Amino acid sequence: MVEIDDLTKDYAARRVVDGVSFTVGDGEIAAVVGPSGSGKTTLLRMINRLIEPSSGSVRIDGKDTRAVPPHVLRRGIGYAIQGYGLFPHRTVAQNIATVPRLMGWARARIDARVDALLDLFQLPAAEFRHRMPNSLSGGQQQRVGVARALAAEPNVLLMDEPFGALDPIIRTKAQSDLLAIQRRFGTTIIVVTHDIEEAIHLGSRIAVLDAGKLVQYATPADVIARPATPLVAELIGGDRPFRLLSLGKVVDLVEAGPASGEPIRADASLRDAYAELLWTRRDVLPVIDATGTVVGRIRRDAITVRAGAPS
Amino acid sequence: MRRATSPEAPEVSAIATTARSRLPFDKLGVLIAAMAGSAAFLPFATFRVNRIVLGEGRALFAALPFGEAAFLAIAIAAGIVLAVSKTPARWRLAVSLAILVALCVAIGHASTFLTPPGDRMARVSPGSGFWLSIFAFALLAADAIVRLKLAPIVRIGILAAVALFLALLLASGTLSDLSILREYANRGDTFWREARTHLALALGSLAVAVVAGVPLGIVLHGRRGWRAPVLSVLNVIQTIPSLALFGLLIAPLAWLAANVPLAAALGISGIGAAPAMVALFAYSLLPVVANTVVGLDNVPPAADDAARGMGMTDWQRLVGVQLPLSFPVILTSIRIVLVQNIGLATVAALIGAGGLGVFVFQGIGQSAMDLVLLGAVPTVALAFVAAVVLDATVEMASTRSARRGRD
Ligand SMILES: Nc1ncnc2c1ncn2[C@@H]1O[C@H](COP(=O)(O)OP(=O)(O)OP(=O)(O)O)[C@@H](O)[C@H]1O
Ligand SMILES: [Mg+2]
Repeated sequence: MVEIDDLTKDYAARRVVDGVSFTVGDGEIAAVVGPSGSGKTTLLRMINRLIEPSSGSVRIDGKDTRAVPPHVLRRGIGYAIQGYGLFPHRTVAQNIATVPRLMGWARARIDARVDALLDLFQLPAAEFRHRMPNSLSGGQQQRVGVARALAAEPNVLLMDEPFGALDPIIRTKAQSDLLAIQRRFGTTIIVVTHDIEEAIHLGSRIAVLDAGKLVQYATPADVIARPATPLVAELIGGDRPFRLLSLGKVVDLVEAGPASGEPIRADASLRDAYAELLWTRRDVLPVIDATGTVVGRIRRDAITVRAGAPS
Repeated sequence: MRRATSPEAPEVSAIATTARSRLPFDKLGVLIAAMAGSAAFLPFATFRVNRIVLGEGRALFAALPFGEAAFLAIAIAAGIVLAVSKTPARWRLAVSLAILVALCVAIGHASTFLTPPGDRMARVSPGSGFWLSIFAFALLAADAIVRLKLAPIVRIGILAAVALFLALLLASGTLSDLSILREYANRGDTFWREARTHLALALGSLAVAVVAGVPLGIVLHGRRGWRAPVLSVLNVIQTIPSLALFGLLIAPLAWLAANVPLAAALGISGIGAAPAMVALFAYSLLPVVANTVVGLDNVPPAADDAARGMGMTDWQRLVGVQLPLSFPVILTSIRIVLVQNIGLATVAALIGAGGLGVFVFQGIGQSAMDLVLLGAVPTVALAFVAAVVLDATVEMASTRSARRGRD
């Protein structure tokens, strides 16, 4: 759990982060969004004390971050950044082993952990362990960066635009990989992003910063449905119905009844189902589960109701 | 801007390539041929009745028995043809090295041939034709090595082979009748002593400069405000002529020796090794400090930030990330300083520090050019070896990560 309490940062006369408070529960993902210069990076870097707050405090699992020296604090918090920051003179394995080595793990334990992480990130250990970072593709470097951040099994992971440099297809894949790994380890994640779509996809909650102030901290559905300020509404943009639909799953609206034609999977998003209905000019779709068995149908009308503003 | 022009670049270079390949000659080869050709009209060796009189030049065919002279002439002519025409670099390297070997053996034979039997006074030294030919074919070899893009380790291997060949040639006695080796024979033990002193001055001042300069560079990297003043002071030192700096240090060090017993006990005095070391150290400082700062500045900011963010202490970050990543740049400064110091240490002989400069200045004093060469040739050779070895090392250090990535 990460509790951020009245955190403020002043540079000369400028207040860059202004009294921000919010709490990220265990195993939650908080996505921090906001315009450029709104203080997202500064906020994130105050959590692991790469930047010392001017005032306010941060508690991680109940413990004040000022209770230990900064370098000790940082070894317990995962840190992944845009550009990845891999060490070009060290192999992939050495990069991933950075924090375990700083923490003095035994050799065998480090090796086992590195191999496990490489396999988890679909980088076969035998092939990638001894590669140098500059011989990897951007997507591979990104995965090594996150693997390195998770190497010492931190409870909390901080990420600053971790997918910013990836092309859209690899980016979507990296996001779902991150979600899968997060579910597996139960890591609490605070991720800064420019991309509202990414924030909606990843975040259990979204924190919106505007000129250093936290203007909204709520679930994606709430942020879309009830933007707290005009800036939040502008960030969400005119696609609100579709963003809402992208949050829901077909399984939420499945009902009994007949339907014909190409079916849709129960775990697809409502947005995909709606697109399929429009494209094939149908009013109902058969719904199947992961094994291919028909479990019911979904109606266009039901989806349309879900896409409207909450009353 | 770059994006706009880059599509045209391949076209431009393609045109340039075709234009170049239409020329039937190799451009540098023509220059080398001109040098080697004109060398034929210059004396191959110089003969003097004794070491200080003016010499008379001897053309190639007068300096060697006919058969050997003809062989060398044909070899050089073949080399010229090869240099001018477009030939594979491997051939150019092999032939130029072979001709260099032939030239070295021939000058030894010429000295024996020209010296009247039993004459200990007569001197035979390489003539301008010999030097020009050596230069021309050394250039051809160097150019071929560049074109072959040889791996650094192979370049060091070639250098070692050349050094071994020269050592064997010297040991075989083939060159013993050459004037420079006559001078050597007269001062064999002083030569090695001065050579050791020379190396000690150059390497010692370099070591001190690295030990002091790298930490200073690290401090300056952290404090931008101090950078400009410190670097400009070091810059000013660089502009002081070497002789003046050596001279300037005599007074303060003499005072130190006279007034601080410890200094005197350490052997510090106004003349000799102390001012020479200090002066060489002062010259070395700017390259080392400046390159350390530049190297640290060029560490990728993301890697540095990640190192901090993952909980490295400042010391761990410096030793584990910043210094390894700036190592190639720092090594480049060591190369610059070593080559520079090997040259500058010659001047140190003037203030009694010893070194190979001793022979240069004695030779000038006695107007004995052979003695000057006894000091100058090894100095140039040392600087050359240092440059080749360190260039190769710099290249290995900076491509290490790329190479390991390919494995
Ligand atoms: N060291 C510093 N000194 C002075 N001002 C700073 C410093 N670091 C950041 N700032 C200012 O603080 C503000 C917030 O910066 P920050 O990097 O946190 O923004 P951000 O939301 O991450 O922006 P972006 O989306 O562009 O990354 C900016 O106006 C920036 O210029
Ligand atoms: Mg930022």
